[in-house]
Amino acid sequence: MVNRDLLLKRAEELFDAGAVERVLGWTNGEFSYDQSPAVFSNKEDLANFVYDAFCGANLSKYLIEQTRQKKKTAVFLKGCDTFSFNQLLNEKRINRDFVKPIVIGCEGKLDINKIKEKVEGVIEDVSVEGNTVTIKTLDGTYTFDDKREFMLEKCLSCRGIAEVEDAEEIDIEHQFVSDGDRFSMVHKLENMTEDERFAFWQAELSKCIRCNACRNVCPACSCVKCVFDNDQSGVWTKAPADSFEEQCFHIIRAFHVAGRCTDCGECSRVCPSHIPLHLLNRKFIKDSNSLYGEYQAGVETDAVHPLIKYTEQDLDPTKAVAKTEGSNE
Amino acid sequence: MQRIGVFICWCGSNIAATVDVEKVSEVIKQEKGVVFATNYQYMCSENGQQIIKNAIKEYNLTGIVIGSCSPRMHEATFRKAAQAAGLNPYMVEVANIREHCSWIHKDRAEATEKAIILVRTAIAKVLLNTPLAEGESPVTKRALVIGGGIAGIQTALDIAEAGFEVDIVEKNATIGGRMAQIDKTFPTLDCSACILTPKMVDCAQNEKIDILSYSEIESVQGFVGNFTVTIRKKARYVDENKCTGCKVCMQYCPSKKGLNEFNMNMNTRTAIYIPFAQAIPNVAVIDPEQCIKLKTGKCGVCKLKCSAGAINYDMKDEFIERKYGAIVVATGFKPIDLDNFNEYAYKDSKDVITSLELERLMNAAGPTNGVLLRPSDNAHPKDITFIQCVGSRDVSGCGKPYCSKICCMYTAKHAMLIREKYPDTRVHVFYIDVRTPGKNYDEFYRRAVEQYDVDYIKGMVGKVFPMANGKLLVQGSNLLDNEQIFIESDLVVLATAIEPEPSVRKIATLLATSIDTNNFLTEAHPKLRPVESPTAGIYLAGVCQGPRDIPETVSMASACAAKVIGLLVKDKLKTNPCIALTNENMCNGCSQCANVCAYGAISYIEKEFRLGGGKTEVRRVSYVNPAVCQGCGACTVTCPSGAIDLKGFSSKQIMSEVETICKK
Amino acid sequence: MQEVENKEFIPTIVAFCCNWCSYAGADLAGTSRLEYPANVKIIRVPCSCRVNPMFILKAFQSGADGVILCGCHPGDCHYMTGNYYTRRRMSLLFSFLNYLGIEKERTRVEWVSAAEGARFSMVMNDFAAKIKELGENKRLQDLRIKGDR
Repeated sequence: MVNRDLLLKRAEELFDAGAVERVLGWTNGEFSYDQSPAVFSNKEDLANFVYDAFCGANLSKYLIEQTRQKKKTAVFLKGCDTFSFNQLLNEKRINRDFVKPIVIGCEGKLDINKIKEKVEGVIEDVSVEGNTVTIKTLDGTYTFDDKREFMLEKCLSCRGIAEVEDAEEIDIEHQFVSDGDRFSMVHKLENMTEDERFAFWQAELSKCIRCNACRNVCPACSCVKCVFDNDQSGVWTKAPADSFEEQCFHIIRAFHVAGRCTDCGECSRVCPSHIPLHLLNRKFIKDSNSLYGEYQAGVETDAVHPLIKYTEQDLDPTKAVAKTEGSNE
Repeated sequence: MQRIGVFICWCGSNIAATVDVEKVSEVIKQEKGVVFATNYQYMCSENGQQIIKNAIKEYNLTGIVIGSCSPRMHEATFRKAAQAAGLNPYMVEVANIREHCSWIHKDRAEATEKAIILVRTAIAKVLLNTPLAEGESPVTKRALVIGGGIAGIQTALDIAEAGFEVDIVEKNATIGGRMAQIDKTFPTLDCSACILTPKMVDCAQNEKIDILSYSEIESVQGFVGNFTVTIRKKARYVDENKCTGCKVCMQYCPSKKGLNEFNMNMNTRTAIYIPFAQAIPNVAVIDPEQCIKLKTGKCGVCKLKCSAGAINYDMKDEFIERKYGAIVVATGFKPIDLDNFNEYAYKDSKDVITSLELERLMNAAGPTNGVLLRPSDNAHPKDITFIQCVGSRDVSGCGKPYCSKICCMYTAKHAMLIREKYPDTRVHVFYIDVRTPGKNYDEFYRRAVEQYDVDYIKGMVGKVFPMANGKLLVQGSNLLDNEQIFIESDLVVLATAIEPEPSVRKIATLLATSIDTNNFLTEAHPKLRPVESPTAGIYLAGVCQGPRDIPETVSMASACAAKVIGLLVKDKLKTNPCIALTNENMCNGCSQCANVCAYGAISYIEKEFRLGGGKTEVRRVSYVNPAVCQGCGACTVTCPSGAIDLKGFSSKQIMSEVETICKK
Repeated sequence: MQEVENKEFIPTIVAFCCNWCSYAGADLAGTSRLEYPANVKIIRVPCSCRVNPMFILKAFQSGADGVILCGCHPGDCHYMTGNYYTRRRMSLLFSFLNYLGIEKERTRVEWVSAAEGARFSMVMNDFAAKIKELGENKRLQDLRIKGDR
């Protein structure tokens, strides 16, 4: 586990040296497991700085606001965050001059919901030692020896760290990288019948309470103004729950981030209704890979994504759809 | 509050026979926002337009919908009428109830119902229309002509005549093109050089014309009225301003094995050369592939002998950037390669030649000084067989599917000239059809048959066999007598199909204009806009657009010149107002839209925005150049926040149309 | 109720046509009097690349049973490259809708040139017949389970 104190020490040094005006990190929430992103503006604030197994939040998005205010900001970037950071640089959303990126190793973050399913009682503390997870609740202490059981969905398909130019690195040797197939669930859905797929998504999307958490957390959904809040787009309607806006929100959102989504998995992590939203984005990624060649957003800061380029040989949609179906056989 | 007027056209019986126009206007009267609806026999007529104008004034209409023929037909008409009545022309929408309704449906009730829906949809759109104003962009008063053959020469002369500056960019060392290689022209049999070279000289002497020979187009930016073109002046190793064209260098050049392209490679030339006697500019060029000095560093004879000091072995390609208002493509043609036609023994026998090679063999400045001699043994040929349609009208895939158009006439010309000059020669012509449309063309062909006794054989040639005695056995069929025939020939001439000069493909890409499957450039309209390309400000002259002969090419060149002059006399061009526009307040500056813009119309600027409380922030936002944007809308779909929208086809308008058209 | 069930199903079909090729192709179909069903209704757009996925979803939610998008043949786009982007966007969108369980036959892209009036009519007849076979589309309207859930 990357040491909190190591990061804290570095953050303090940067403030002392006057090298930065802000530090982007994580702070404690109400419970020991709901750490959230925080902007620290001086050394004293850093008292609340945390870094532990529940710091899953992606910090890259907050740099848009910080750098726009021209505040030199140090940011801690986990593996998944590095892709988002590069992608935002690609989209010229972050002013690189005002960022001091610090890439940190990550051995996988935990999903409190998975823990809650396995233990009884109010959780007081969770500690991780290697692969062992120890959970203290008011009812007792539980020990599990496979951390993966509790890891966030997004960590289970971790692709490691993207190269960030001119970045400081702390403890990146300790990086968890998944060897699993991140498209296995997409495959499974593709192999269902049309009716089964529809039933699956109807059930999932019906859980949506339209809280906008997915949109708010998504680094790709960082529009100055969202199309759903834009009355010129024609989708904006204050309307009952079965309106266009409600139903197609997730389709449009997935389409809008297609090509730009780094698959950081934040959407699914924050969804209070536990809708597997990442499966929507992954479908686009999988299809795009099979039709237009492998592409990972956020690897390069000058890459051109598949939806804003073409080749003369691209398949027509009917054939393309047939190919995406056939790729599972 | 919107006040919409709706006008339903009967189009005589074209619409009214199938659509109950009375019912449509009655039903539409009830639509929200509609204050006036009527129907009339011919809305596009003077009277019809008057009805529209009157209603606009009387009912103080804010927008109108015409239910009529396709907007591609009369949208402009109705916009003008609206404008005349004081309504912004972009507050007009057309519901296509003829092509898309009355003409394709038989059931009156069904067609009427559909017409109502189409008109409703147009109303839904017009309710969201906003008045638009055409923009303006300046015009650079200079034209570029790509290609210095007869098409380019004529275009340039006509443009210059009107007082505009014009540059000819020619990839070869001289202008003149294919016509310079031709001996005589049909149907008058006047000498090609005698009518072409004075025009070449006119070009050289015209102070409005700048000839950039031995040059190619490197890049093209911009749009109608405002093109910026980079031209590569290839290193000719001879200073054009110093060379006097005295040809002393050619006498001394020790490298004499270069193939003479002007004579269709039938003889050789020196490494330093002037392509032909009347070349313009009359300036030497060094062939770097042949020059001993350039290849080995040793020689330098030409430099020693040049009294003008024009030779420069260190010359490099030079890039010139120039601005133009209009561009004419006149890149011409070449005969096709005969690799797919082994049956005619072109590769196997020197005495099987193409028609263009025959032109050189018959030309006084050609390899045989105008005496017709067989290439193999320099003997006078006694039996000559012409084969027509070699690679033309060929759907087998070996040749070209089209008719090359000029071959029938030049073959008759060749046959006649040979019979005239060498009356003891027997001339046979194998043909599929003889096509002679054109003034005095058929008379010309008849003369070949009747007066000069040329043996025309309707039929195809199966094979040409080189024989041991040096002759060629032509095996063909005579379709009229239905028999196989064999003709022993001394010379076989192939009327080889012509194809666009291959470099036109690259030029089409640079100019962002379209090209067909045969590599001919596409005209904007096959009948009504035959010399314009679909890209504004780009015009097409000569064979680059399709096979044609000299008089047609010259007409087309003059037509291009007229179009160019019509453009260049304008100080400003009106631009289409239905273009993309960025809402800067929503723009992320993410650069995706610029990526999909085919015209490079989008750039990014840093802009300061006021936040509340006296604070400001600087954001990168996109800017659409209204003179460059063509209004396709590719950017609008790329933009995730919907910050970029298309005027006249806004998201809100289309969404509203969609909703209305789906209502039952 | 019985009567409603017996009534012939007439699908609602929206065709987005680019102004330069397909809309002109539709005009030519008209000029040539080549019939296709009246339930096919055309919306004119400057280029197929103007068609936002939102328009297609909106059509389905407004009651369309099939949406077809027509543009110039690849390589012939009036705007040079517009339809190439359309091709990628729609490939991914249609595959995605298929993934959500929306019948893939309900969406289609066809290239129709200004000269292909006969092809336009043929395509529309074929598409209309396919949609009629598929029956009414409710799925995009029902992607959320409504009612007392």
